[in-house]
Amino acid sequence: MCLAMPSKVVEVMADDMAIIELGGVKKTISLGLVEDVVPGDYVIVHVGYALSKVDEEEALKTLALFAEMTAAESAPA
Amino acid sequence: MKHVDEYRDGETAQKLAATIAREVKPERDYRLMEFCGGHTHAIFRYGVQDLLPENIKMIHGPGCPVCVLPIARIDQAIAYAKLDDVILCSYGDMLRVPGSKFTSLMKAKAEGADVRMVYSTLDALDLAKNNPDKKIVFFAIGFETTTPPTALAIKQAQTMGLTNFFILSNHVLTPSAIQNILESPDVRDLGAVPLDGFLGPAHVSAVIGSQPYDYFVEEFQRPVVISGFEPLDVMQSILMLVRQLNEGRAEVENQYRRAVTHAGNAKAKKLVADIFELRRVFEWRGLGEVPYSGLRIKEEYAAFDAEVQIPVHVAPARENKACECPAILRGMKKPTDCKLFGTHCTPENPMGSCMVSAEGACAAYYSYGRFRETA
Ligand code: SF4
Repeated sequence: MCLAMPSKVVEVMADDMAIIELGGVKKTISLGLVEDVVPGDYVIVHVGYALSKVDEEEALKTLALFAEMTAAESAPA
Repeated sequence: MKHVDEYRDGETAQKLAATIAREVKPERDYRLMEFCGGHTHAIFRYGVQDLLPENIKMIHGPGCPVCVLPIARIDQAIAYAKLDDVILCSYGDMLRVPGSKFTSLMKAKAEGADVRMVYSTLDALDLAKNNPDKKIVFFAIGFETTTPPTALAIKQAQTMGLTNFFILSNHVLTPSAIQNILESPDVRDLGAVPLDGFLGPAHVSAVIGSQPYDYFVEEFQRPVVISGFEPLDVMQSILMLVRQLNEGRAEVENQYRRAVTHAGNAKAKKLVADIFELRRVFEWRGLGEVPYSGLRIKEEYAAFDAEVQIPVHVAPARENKACECPAILRGMKKPTDCKLFGTHCTPENPMGSCMVSAEGACAAYYSYGRFRETA
């Protein structure tokens, strides 16, 4: 089955539909399962529906955590 | 691609690997099951296993919806497809899954049945709208990620006043299956597959949240880390599991905080609860009958339930005896243990369901790992 991918919302249309972009490809999907999505948001898209919104702040925290988890390498054991 | 490329950086992967290698205790094994086929695929595609120390063993779980559907349900879908006034539609992979006696939806189509591949339930609704003289049966499969789209389609069909749109529901639940693996006699009595911890699928939890695993870790004392699907997500989650095990903790941790919350997606959950109810028992390939692990349509929406409106009869079906999918799905065997692997059974000509979907363990082994495994 198709994996879900984080995709950028470029346009919100009538009837909970939206146009998203992923890797340069645009697609029409449904926002019927999520709330408060505006253009510019990233959503996780699966079988034509957004399942959830990507939280930018949490994404940055995860990336910061990578740095933390790998930084210890140079510390003396 | 934003929110993708950052999680595929090779250098960070090497560093995470070094941290993992430093923290594992050499005297023990870490047997970690990635439940979801999406993780299996990512682990093979990016060679994650190669970056891990020897004593971390990744065991592939049954989380591929195509792989766990028993043959009888495929036969049932084929029976629908063969009805004159029915258009049977489903997601692409389902069309190739072998039923009994080497049939499949694709073969039924070649023999004249009206079978269509759809990308989304939205396409299935369109089919119903554009073919008022036909009955559209959507062969619905999948875990918690595909259930809300099916539920929403039923609501939409109702709003649109469609009377020719039917769902053949095969939706199943992730937490019940994980629990079942630990309760299966193989694991419990024989200790054949000791499992120390689980990677939980992030997209399932985007819908149901991390909360359904709270009970599980309490009951079974095994850590669960909800993990994203990019290679760095998987590596970070493995490190989190290693740390929990080293510290003797068994907790639910959420690595995919960027899209998963404790409670999940309330709107999607409500929709599913409105339309579906638990089946007392549902059959899984490999796991057998698992209590309260499948969903059926509530009586209130029976007008859209294919099994109620258009009952079909199929003979009991037997699995292909040589196919090891059932044991592979429980983590008991590896694809390379199957005699048919790579010879009679390939992704082009699958004999079993685990070879059909890219998320199936056999397909992942074949596409990315078979040379390493046999070396
Ligand atoms: S290789 Fe094919 S026949 Fe063997 S277990 Fe996998 S899917 Fe089944």
